[in-house]
Amino acid sequence: MNTPLYAKAHRSINEIKGPLVFLQSIPDVRYGERVTLVDSLGRKKSGQVLEVSERATVVQVFEGSDGLDQKSTAVFFSGDVVKLGLSEDMLGRVFDGSGNPRDGLGEVLPETERPITGSPLNPVCRQQPFEFIETGISAIDLMNTLVKGQKLPIFTGAGLPANRVAVQIARQVIRQSKEELIVVFGGMGITSREYNYFYKEFQDSGALANSVLFLNLADDPTIERILTPRLALTTAEYFAFDKGRDVLVILTDMLNYANALREISSAREEIPGRRGYPGYLYTDLSMNYERAGIIKNQKGSVTQLPIVTMPNDDITHPVIDLTGYITEGQIILSRDMDRRGIYPPINPLPSLSRLMNLGIGKNKTREDHRQLQDQLYALYAQGKEIEKLTAIIGSAGLGTTEREILRFTERFEHEFMNQGERPRTIRESLALGWELLSEVSRSELRRVEDKYIDQYLSGKTAATPS
Amino acid sequence: MIVGQISRIAGPVVNARGMEGIKIRDLVRVGELGLVGEVIEVKGAEISIQVYEETDGLKVGEPVKSDGRPFLVELGPGLLGMIYDGIQRPLEIIRDQTGSFIARGATGDPLTKKKRWHFVPTVKAGAPVAFGDVLGWVQETPAIQHKILVPEGIAGTVAKIKEGDYSIEEPMAELHDGTKLHMRQLWPIRRPRPIAQKISAGVPLITGQRIFDVFFPVTKGGSAVVPGPFGSGKTVTQQALAKWADADIVVYIGCGERGNEMTEVLTEFPHLEDPRTGQPLMNRTVLIANTSNMPVAARETSIYTGITIAEYYRDMGYDVALMADSTSRWAEALREISGRLEEMPGEEGYPPYLASRLAEFYERAGRAICLGNHKRQGSVTVIGAVSPPGGDFSEPVTQNSLRIAGAFWGLDARLAYSRHFPAINWLTSYSLYLDALQDWYTQEVGLEFVQMRQELLEILQKEDELKKIVQLVGRESLSEPDKLLLDVARTIRDDFLRQNAYHEVDAYCPLKKQYYMMKAILAFYGTCKVLLGKISYEEMLRLPGWEQLSKMRYTPNEQTESYFPSFIQDLSTMSVTKEAVA
Repeated sequence: MNTPLYAKAHRSINEIKGPLVFLQSIPDVRYGERVTLVDSLGRKKSGQVLEVSERATVVQVFEGSDGLDQKSTAVFFSGDVVKLGLSEDMLGRVFDGSGNPRDGLGEVLPETERPITGSPLNPVCRQQPFEFIETGISAIDLMNTLVKGQKLPIFTGAGLPANRVAVQIARQVIRQSKEELIVVFGGMGITSREYNYFYKEFQDSGALANSVLFLNLADDPTIERILTPRLALTTAEYFAFDKGRDVLVILTDMLNYANALREISSAREEIPGRRGYPGYLYTDLSMNYERAGIIKNQKGSVTQLPIVTMPNDDITHPVIDLTGYITEGQIILSRDMDRRGIYPPINPLPSLSRLMNLGIGKNKTREDHRQLQDQLYALYAQGKEIEKLTAIIGSAGLGTTEREILRFTERFEHEFMNQGERPRTIRESLALGWELLSEVSRSELRRVEDKYIDQYLSGKTAATPS
Repeated sequence: MIVGQISRIAGPVVNARGMEGIKIRDLVRVGELGLVGEVIEVKGAEISIQVYEETDGLKVGEPVKSDGRPFLVELGPGLLGMIYDGIQRPLEIIRDQTGSFIARGATGDPLTKKKRWHFVPTVKAGAPVAFGDVLGWVQETPAIQHKILVPEGIAGTVAKIKEGDYSIEEPMAELHDGTKLHMRQLWPIRRPRPIAQKISAGVPLITGQRIFDVFFPVTKGGSAVVPGPFGSGKTVTQQALAKWADADIVVYIGCGERGNEMTEVLTEFPHLEDPRTGQPLMNRTVLIANTSNMPVAARETSIYTGITIAEYYRDMGYDVALMADSTSRWAEALREISGRLEEMPGEEGYPPYLASRLAEFYERAGRAICLGNHKRQGSVTVIGAVSPPGGDFSEPVTQNSLRIAGAFWGLDARLAYSRHFPAINWLTSYSLYLDALQDWYTQEVGLEFVQMRQELLEILQKEDELKKIVQLVGRESLSEPDKLLLDVARTIRDDFLRQNAYHEVDAYCPLKKQYYMMKAILAFYGTCKVLLGKISYEEMLRLPGWEQLSKMRYTPNEQTESYFPSFIQDLSTMSVTKEAVA
């Protein structure tokens, strides 16, 4: 982000407050324009025009306003909105939250430039998602299938291994797709421990060569986090729609993003909505999340896997709630399962992939997939109910069927869900699912048609490839 | 033409000065790009504008222009099958102009000017006509005759009127005073189209969804709200209604919702058949798509654009169903704009006028005698989805909607988690139209319809009480009649109320089949009651009736009359003999 030489330095700062700099009104400044600020020591910071009027110009400073003063700070206006330079050479590179190289490998020579806010995809140009992405995790592939072009968030709690799951997914989808798919990773407010973990994991597994990382660390400026997901998504759209690649975007942690938004809003003294978040939080989040999808008659796709921490495990927290309303389902991590040592601790009951039906079935995964998923889900739900009941009235009053379902539930959690880091193909997941169904008597299998039971139930699975 | 200058830009709200003579709600063009906006505040010559497109790149001092007219929608043949954004820009034409991503400043005619429609007059020269009278019609789609109405403010005697092919811009009639009449007319979206008289409605909107048609019906001309937390199936419910409701015209507004969901509608509707006419569903549908990432001010407008189109078809004498998904996103747009205007906030940051705006919107629903000749009757049914934050129904949008709407379909996250769809909670939902519809059901479907409905609800009510006991002491301690009631309740829930929107047959259930299904369940319940004490409860559960009931919803709809009467007969006599048990 270079300062144009012809730009004039403005020094008319009236007030500096939090991440905001208030200047006297400057003619010809555009709303949303990119700004560079240079402090008395010659350090540069970048910003964006947040409001223009005949009285004042308000600039938000992405790197924070530390070290800026009213007298000597020079403000340069670029005459253009914030853009990101893009090139295929970005693959394998690590950038900071503002898009500057973090890996010491020098600047990328851009092939093209795009405004980072993006434009809304015309609904009539969208292609309905139709293709399954294999993540290697049974709880996702079989139970809550991820589909190309979908946005499926992971809701997690403090201390739960969401990042480990995310990295595992990134690694496995690249491998399963035979490196056809690339990953764009946007980290907002991640700790240096997490940074080291991500970097090491991406490098060691070879996934880095097929990835672009934008990482804003916890001690990097908060306001920069407003940019990070937009940079990641602009990059993803470039690879998907200019280069025809399938792109998986992992954004962690969108709670930090929303908190940065709240910080700016309160510095602007806007009327707060729920829990101090601005009233436009829904619109703002959707401007990011909706940048997923497929375009008709065009190669490439953007799939999103945002990670959002539920403060105090509260699923009604505004950021979680609004995310759930925008995205197409949710994967929910469970503290209870994590405590019991189940990894990945995905709670299948409240998790949901809304687009699942579009990506599964005959010629996609397998024709029995939908019904098998229904059946496993129903039995597990029933099993959890029986467990609760047993806690109250003891197991003495249980019938045979109930005992069978309990045994199924036990195995479902410890064998099916608790798969560790080893990836399973969808075939392996389906086979294991059917094997578990053999724990209960056939009359309990009401959600699967007889023909599938005959074909797949216990032992016969291997013999019948479809 | 009024021309002023931009004085401030803050997101979707732009201020301008030098706008003497402008009125509130006038349409303006903002900046060099000519972005579309609407005046929402006037202080002398200074105004606030909500801009329907992104304002990035605008500068102070750029021009703001207005010709002093409010935002108008274009009405006329060619609406059906169209896909518009919130300000009636045709999205397909915009695609041709700006590609896959929507660029700013794009424009397009809402109605095609090229197509020539065959106009057939129904009045003759010399006839006196006034606002609302039918002049004639064009065949807009194979099933819909588009009536051409006299626009507001025009009255006189027809001098010339001629059958023939006309574009929407060519006059097809002329009055004695020289006024030329066109097929296209304009209407300001925020003003309800007038009617002769509102009338009460006694006909249900048949949806083919058992939970609605049997338990919580809405009348043609009624209104319903569907609140639910995320993942509870609001959109699937709305889409099922849009597909199957027996309305002549459907206006579907995707207001601030997901892009992929709109795509689902756009992909499916052209291929689905209207169960009544056999025509593609798209032929009776107008879609308004303003997804969540499209400009927020246009989202606020989208529901008015939609309901004006709905009223226009009502005025022709049609039954129109309007789905708004979701009114919460509309309310949030209102809140966002209100915040930018620095208005004093009311409850949860929503502007204090939220309740009155919602009421104005829902009150545009109704069954009416239309203006003009022929005493036509038409209706607009409004079904509004609500997305309460955290699934908490005490929030302002849900509560204010409830005060107005006649039916409440409460979606329940727990039902959704247990994959019970549609996840409408049968204990908390209600319909205020039951009394008005009682006669209709009795006459049109069957004598016992209303009574059977009541019986089913009572069983479910009793189940709820028994479940509390079971949680404390376990199922085994219940008496056999109570156990039986629980199992019958389960059958009602699983095999009657649950409906698979994706299943070929089950997606749409004709009213008569719903009637038979109720009857079958109650007949079998009766049989079981007789058997209590005669056979063991274990044996009772092995009766084949349970399984047959679980499959009856998949009976092909056209076999309803041939299958059910004998099936019900079997269930009522079945197995009183012991053989069936073995």
